[in-house]
Amino acid sequence: MVIFAAFKKNRMKNTKVIELEEVAIRFSGDSGDGMQLTGTLFSDTSALLGNDISTFPDYPSEIRAPQGTVGGVSGFQVQLGTKKITTPGDLAHVLVAMNPAALKANAAFLNPGASIIFDVDSFSEKNFEKAQFKTTDPFTELKLNDFSLIPVPITSLTKESLKYLELDNKSVLRCKNMFALGLICWMFDRPLDYIERFIQSKFGKKSPVVAEANLKVLHDGYNYGENLQHSTPQYIVHPAPIEKGIYRNINGNYATAWGFLAAAEKAGLELFIGSYPITPATEVLQALSERKDLGVKSFQAEDEIAGICTSIGAAFAGHLAVTSTSGPGFALKSEALGLSVMAELPLVVVNVQRGGPSTGLPTKTEQSDLLQSLYGRNGESPLVVLAASTPSDCFYYAYYSAKIALERMVPVVLLTDGFLGNGSEPWRVPAMDELPPITPRRATNPELFRPYNRDPETLVREWAVPGMEGYEHRIGGLEKNAAGAVSHDPENHHINTQIRAAKVEKIVEMIPDLEVIGEPEGDLLVVGWGGTYGHMISSVQVMQDAGKKVSLAHFNYIKPLPKNASEVFSKFKKIVVCELNLGQFASYLRDKVPGYQYHQVNKMKGLPFSVNELVENFEKLLEA
Amino acid sequence: MTKFNYTAKDFKSAAEVRWCPGCGDYAIMNAVQKTMADMDIEHKDFAVISGIGCSSRFPYYMSTYGFHTIHGRAAAVASGVKSANPELTVWVITGDGDSLAIGGNHFIHLVRRNIDLNLILFNNKIYGLTKGQYSPTSDRGIITKTSPFGTIEDSFVPGQLVLGSRGTFFARAVDNNIKHTQEVLADAAQHKGTSIVEILQNCVIFNDGIHDFITDPKFRAERQIFLKKGEPMIFGEQGNKGLILENGRLKVAIVGENGITLEDILVHDPSEDNLGLQVALINMTLPEFPVAMGVIRSVEALVYDQEMKKQIETVQLKRKVTCMDELLQSGNTWVVDGENCSEPVKFFDNKCFG
Repeated sequence: MVIFAAFKKNRMKNTKVIELEEVAIRFSGDSGDGMQLTGTLFSDTSALLGNDISTFPDYPSEIRAPQGTVGGVSGFQVQLGTKKITTPGDLAHVLVAMNPAALKANAAFLNPGASIIFDVDSFSEKNFEKAQFKTTDPFTELKLNDFSLIPVPITSLTKESLKYLELDNKSVLRCKNMFALGLICWMFDRPLDYIERFIQSKFGKKSPVVAEANLKVLHDGYNYGENLQHSTPQYIVHPAPIEKGIYRNINGNYATAWGFLAAAEKAGLELFIGSYPITPATEVLQALSERKDLGVKSFQAEDEIAGICTSIGAAFAGHLAVTSTSGPGFALKSEALGLSVMAELPLVVVNVQRGGPSTGLPTKTEQSDLLQSLYGRNGESPLVVLAASTPSDCFYYAYYSAKIALERMVPVVLLTDGFLGNGSEPWRVPAMDELPPITPRRATNPELFRPYNRDPETLVREWAVPGMEGYEHRIGGLEKNAAGAVSHDPENHHINTQIRAAKVEKIVEMIPDLEVIGEPEGDLLVVGWGGTYGHMISSVQVMQDAGKKVSLAHFNYIKPLPKNASEVFSKFKKIVVCELNLGQFASYLRDKVPGYQYHQVNKMKGLPFSVNELVENFEKLLEA
Repeated sequence: MTKFNYTAKDFKSAAEVRWCPGCGDYAIMNAVQKTMADMDIEHKDFAVISGIGCSSRFPYYMSTYGFHTIHGRAAAVASGVKSANPELTVWVITGDGDSLAIGGNHFIHLVRRNIDLNLILFNNKIYGLTKGQYSPTSDRGIITKTSPFGTIEDSFVPGQLVLGSRGTFFARAVDNNIKHTQEVLADAAQHKGTSIVEILQNCVIFNDGIHDFITDPKFRAERQIFLKKGEPMIFGEQGNKGLILENGRLKVAIVGENGITLEDILVHDPSEDNLGLQVALINMTLPEFPVAMGVIRSVEALVYDQEMKKQIETVQLKRKVTCMDELLQSGNTWVVDGENCSEPVKFFDNKCFG
């Protein structure tokens, strides 16, 4: 066979035990191969062992794209380490490729010399053709010959392993991913007990035979690694020294949902979510729908508009009301968002951003809804915009969004993105008493109540809800005077427009100062916002380790901006704003914090930044 | 004997009513206010939600809680209000443009979910607030500002749409018949589930007289049939015309002619799940038939907001997680307590929150 000849020499390498501080592993196969589950189980196992981890699921928008094609490749990357891990890693040290397409799709994302474990059974001429290889030697074609190639007959070994069970072929092939998982667990010295428990609880009751099959193949994969030690390297990654506490692994969408739950409990309110499924935000609605035990009212609406409108109704009725969406859905919600600005009701809209415009790249990440969030409504329509920066801090920013909305009677847009929403990391769970109090602006005196009476300091109106006696009043989308009557008076509209803007600006009092990570002055200030934090901090650390005077200022509060932003900027010779769009935050800063030259690093590939590309850009800026 | 002895006047707000003189909306509002007074429920427990259009100014004129929302979305906002607080009595005020054009999706899904609220559909077959364009209930061929050569599309029959969306309650009334409108609204208020009341309403400015052929009080007995539960479907000046089924189709028959007796006349039962007959009644048009008025369908079914409440209660009976601290520590968690570990920093301390 031609293919075998290509990597024969590599097979003869001796077993190595490699000790690493951090290692990135990428699982890759057809979108039906179960790579997301495989990656998740491996990540959870590693987190339980005490490694810090960061994950990056990368999958196509088609549920089952044509088998064997590059377009149908689904990947899951995890980086684990003995120290704080802030990104899933630019390039993988180990690739699991279930077919030639997976190899082709990921060749560009491998560390030089990375180990490539591949299912040799699927490396057939037919599959080379599907993956559009020109030859029958994909490794040469992709210039991967110097890599550590580890052919494993995953398909045939899985079949062999399950011969004794009377399972149909399809069910047998579904267990392939467990063979790969078992092998990887051996390579990284992970115990199998967590995965075993997962399989038991998932299939044990429903289908004992499927559970048995998965367990058998998992163990056979593990044992295969042990038996063939001479050909596979083994890695040791020690636990990370992190903060004491109780940990769990959480992704950004769950963290967001739970942040809202925590806010509702703290505020003493019921939680309502009106929402419509949309990638990559759907999981927020799902995570809250699971929590009937905590009294969540989840309303899957007929469309995006009804999603926000039912939430506005629930806010009018006195609930903590939230709605979840992604870019196109956010566009549909615009008019209703304007209503909540006008009606001055508390509401949180979480936008899990994806590549746009239009349907764009549904499963890929981007930061291109910033200006839509700030300005995408008719009229002067100011609201608060926050952005989370890691999967787990979505919890805190969701919590804080709800706090601002409830205390300041204002809609808040929380920006996360596909990278944060799907990505996961270990998280020290807080106790509820670590979280600041939330005091909704409930009306307290019916004699004095008028719908648009405002607190003189904060300009916030009071919240009186149906069922409260003596506060009966009418609100709506039309301009009103303080008494709540419809008013077309020119002076009234002029003043109210200014008041609504000032009300949002005054929220700056609730917002912490912008932090500088690194020295407070230097040659280059790297500026980022939202979900790029992990890559930003890693790249700035690389620069700092090289003795460069580079610091990071990462924004979570977009509107209003922290009040010390200009002061921070003034201490640096150069400022560079890095974002996954054409420069939306940079142009916002030019408007709001004028007087500085903002350099830009922009990327629109549907992928996170890589640390390397950021470092290269920073170095160029320092030289120039 | 009522608890609060309210009158219709108690439900009027201080706001000046600004509909055109002679508008059918005045009569409908009076009927709603009278109905609310009779319901004997406190003002604080009413929420009146509207969309956009002439009729949607309605909440401002009521002394209850009110929310004048945006075009087409009243049904969605009201769904949120009622789901959040099922204790409230929620009324939706909307029109043919608001609910059947821009808000059509919310309208059908509200009906399908059977959320317990009352929706009054002011049907004047025209866009009034934008000054006279055809609506989804305008008849084919009508000449308006946006159809100077006549429309080339057929209209919705609101009742058909409601029953097609698995509606549990549909009634029809006419603005100039306040007493009957009140009766119908009272039935709608009683019904558990989404009650849709279509009111044929006259726009004096842009579509004056559009329903006249049906609603002219002089010919009321001949041109309208008032359906009442348990009573034969009888109409006409002499009270001798009735509806019968012949070969599966409705037909007008005269009692005393061709051997037809009162026994042969259909007896109305809106609580029967008989979609075929109820749609046939909704579809009756002049001149072959009188137009059906009253409660045409009122059947029992599961109510969304109650089911939502019940589901939460059921889950909570057997719940393992009762608060956030328990949730946060549930499932796959692990303890980190090694020698090289640092003390935890609270997030909101870490981030320089004051």
